[in-house]
Amino acid sequence: MGWLNAVVQGVLLGGLYALLAAGLSLMFGVMRIVNLAHGVLAVVAAYMGYFLVDKLHWSAFLTLIVVIPAMAGIGYVLQLGLLNPALGRGGLAPILVTFGLAVVITNLLQQFFSADTHSIQTGTIATDSIHITDDISIGVFSLLTFVVGVVVIAGLQMYLSRTRGGRAMRATSDDKDAAQLMGIDNKRIYAKATAIALGIVGLAGVFLGMRTQFSPTAGDATLIFAFEAVIIGGLGSLWGTLIGGMVLGVAQAVGAQINPAYGILIGNLVFLAILAFRPTGLLQKAVNS
Amino acid sequence: MTLLNVDAIDVYYGDFQALYGITLNVKQGETLAIIGANGAGKSTLMKAVAGLMTPASGSITFNGSDVTKLPSYKRVPMGIALTPEGRRIFPSLTVEENLLVGGYSKRTGPWNLASIYDAFPLVADRKDRVGLNLSGGEQQAVAIGRALMSNPDLLLLDEVSLGLAPVVVEQIYAAMPKITNAGTTVLLVEQDVNQALKIADRVQCMLEGRTVLEGTAQSLTRDQIASAYFGI
Amino acid sequence: MSIAENLKVKRATKSSWAGLVIAIVVVALLAMGPYTFGRGMQQNLVILFSLIVLGTMWNLLAGYGGMVSIGQQAYIGIGAYGLVYIADTLGIDPFIAVPIAVIIAGIFSLPISFLAFRLSGGYFAIGTWVIAEVVKLIVEQMDVLGAGSGVSFMALTTLSPGRRIAYVYWLSLIAVVIAVAVTYLLMRSRLGLGFTAIRDDAVAAGSLGVRVTRSKRIVYVVSGMGCALAGAMIAANTLRVQPESIFSVQWSAYMIFIVVIGGIGTIEGPIVGAIVFFALQQWLSDFGVWYLVILGLLAIIITLLLPRGIWGLISGNGRIRLFPVGYRIANPLEKFALIKPAATPEE
Repeated sequence: MGWLNAVVQGVLLGGLYALLAAGLSLMFGVMRIVNLAHGVLAVVAAYMGYFLVDKLHWSAFLTLIVVIPAMAGIGYVLQLGLLNPALGRGGLAPILVTFGLAVVITNLLQQFFSADTHSIQTGTIATDSIHITDDISIGVFSLLTFVVGVVVIAGLQMYLSRTRGGRAMRATSDDKDAAQLMGIDNKRIYAKATAIALGIVGLAGVFLGMRTQFSPTAGDATLIFAFEAVIIGGLGSLWGTLIGGMVLGVAQAVGAQINPAYGILIGNLVFLAILAFRPTGLLQKAVNS
Repeated sequence: MTLLNVDAIDVYYGDFQALYGITLNVKQGETLAIIGANGAGKSTLMKAVAGLMTPASGSITFNGSDVTKLPSYKRVPMGIALTPEGRRIFPSLTVEENLLVGGYSKRTGPWNLASIYDAFPLVADRKDRVGLNLSGGEQQAVAIGRALMSNPDLLLLDEVSLGLAPVVVEQIYAAMPKITNAGTTVLLVEQDVNQALKIADRVQCMLEGRTVLEGTAQSLTRDQIASAYFGI
Repeated sequence: MSIAENLKVKRATKSSWAGLVIAIVVVALLAMGPYTFGRGMQQNLVILFSLIVLGTMWNLLAGYGGMVSIGQQAYIGIGAYGLVYIADTLGIDPFIAVPIAVIIAGIFSLPISFLAFRLSGGYFAIGTWVIAEVVKLIVEQMDVLGAGSGVSFMALTTLSPGRRIAYVYWLSLIAVVIAVAVTYLLMRSRLGLGFTAIRDDAVAAGSLGVRVTRSKRIVYVVSGMGCALAGAMIAANTLRVQPESIFSVQWSAYMIFIVVIGGIGTIEGPIVGAIVFFALQQWLSDFGVWYLVILGLLAIIITLLLPRGIWGLISGNGRIRLFPVGYRIANPLEKFALIKPAATPEE
């Protein structure tokens, strides 16, 4: 296994991180909420997938047609029930509420599924790979994850820039009071944004569960990696988030190539270095609010 | 026919009362100008009509239905649009996107992108520029265009000329006949009495939250307006 | 005659004098603990004391400084490892090693603050967590600190268990007094007044000469040192430090729940919160992690419905202040209505 291979695997891993980060980025972009329950919600999606595959014997990819809408629905209700009220309670409230939620969900998962690790069985696709050179082979599943990550980011970008709903979201993000004067109900827009964010989290969570073993506390690392991808890429830029995910993935893969114990540490250090030397991220949005 | 009927509303900011039993009527197709000095409560009145503030007492009836307690986003589909104080253009959206967001409520009528560009050549020129990079006059023109995109029955214009160079104010007011000729009813707040008298059918003058003078634009004399304006 | 001449401004109230007396009596009674309580009770109280210190420090950071950190476990770990390393490996007296470990945490926290302060709000929260993870991952690579399996604290084992537990108990009680007193004095100082201004309007406070970032940095460093003190207490109490548990984000959950439930932004809140937290933890200890589920839900509900927490409820929304940090007008003249509620235009 050479260095080049590590870089290739890292780039592909970045697709998963971007997928995990897109929802975090969207929610922050539209309503300035940093959802600290983001990671554990991805793990909830992974458990949903696991449950359908392991107990009801669904095929792994089929679970998406249930998990994505279910997560989107949870997002919609979560926003209307908890986050909109929290937004009216000042700056600390959304952080405290989403943190409390993360702890509650993590421990509930622990109660119902135990602290053991699980994974979503996908069959042969997990091990299929494409041979490129003697040093490099690309896993079919890794490639698929990467492609899905790029497609989701592109789709979300298109939605935000080209559609009526997307424009309304950006307008609400700019100035929610002025948006109301256009006939936009900002609370519904927020609920829609969180629904989309959690729908993507649902997709990302199932892919996460197909890729690795997960336990109830896997949400911690998931949140951290998603956050690092967002900050490395630069706030407010979805394509930046994709690049941030790839930078993080490469840093982790190359770090693990040096010493398996260093992977995550090097990823974190690269993040801190970017925070220190380029705090606006690699792709900075021209308009800063 | 009366389009808007504001009946004896009191509006407060916390403990501070800004409006004392203000009453006004706007007939279909007419242009009513509210004039008055700073702090007279003109913008508060506009906010109450647009739904940004709720009166503590009194009522607001629009097109025959009671809208007193309705939030602003529910008034837009009914046909009320406000160009707010400070214009509030969406800074990260382009001019064209700002206009499209203005049409969010999907009301149909004479106004669409093409007719806005036609009425405001200034806006057409800047359609791909983001809101952040517009001058004050450009912002005001876009704000009016954006409000018109909802094809309102009642257009509320708050302090159109505030902070703009006189030549820009002239340009913007030049488009007013196109708006009123399209049948749109206009309620405007203006500190510039001359501009207000030029385009308004009727004038209502406010002082410290109360109406002190009202009449048709032709019937009021300079002296009457001056004494009402300054409360002397 | 101006309004100002009619008003008397004072800080202490009857309840605050009572507060001081109560505090002295309670501390004096607790100081007798080793003569009256059993060893198990003393060790439990050390846990409670460390929770009070942690809550007080997190409250200093979030309640006064407006910074929600979920990475203070970095300093808990530095304090714990610092004590063990300085006392065991360097052979310095443990009771001198504690303040040295606290100072070391302060030295670490200063450069860290420059990194963390590049983020704000929720991203600041996760950023501090990443930093704590980095500290943990580095410690796990250091053989001198026992790497992944951790270290045992040996220096105190030369003492008889009764004596050791009593010393740790007293040390922890002193730590509580220091943490509460430092927070109280800090918030009564110009710095505290500045924070009140920042909380009301950061931009205006800045333009009036309140050095916003510097004030926040001071609070961040003090909070880090206080958490290190708690970390040293925890190490001395359990005699074992492991990276996975001492650097666990669970500590942040504890701190947040303690402060939110007790009442954020008051001196008394974290004390009340720590007692409630500790009681629930003991009471529900047979039901696995349900206490965290209950505490988490409680924290969410309190944030949304009762932002001043349990202390706010007890004190009648701030009418009773045992530790007043603000100023109050002794004879408010109602008719002048000095403070008006802010205008709240309809959303």
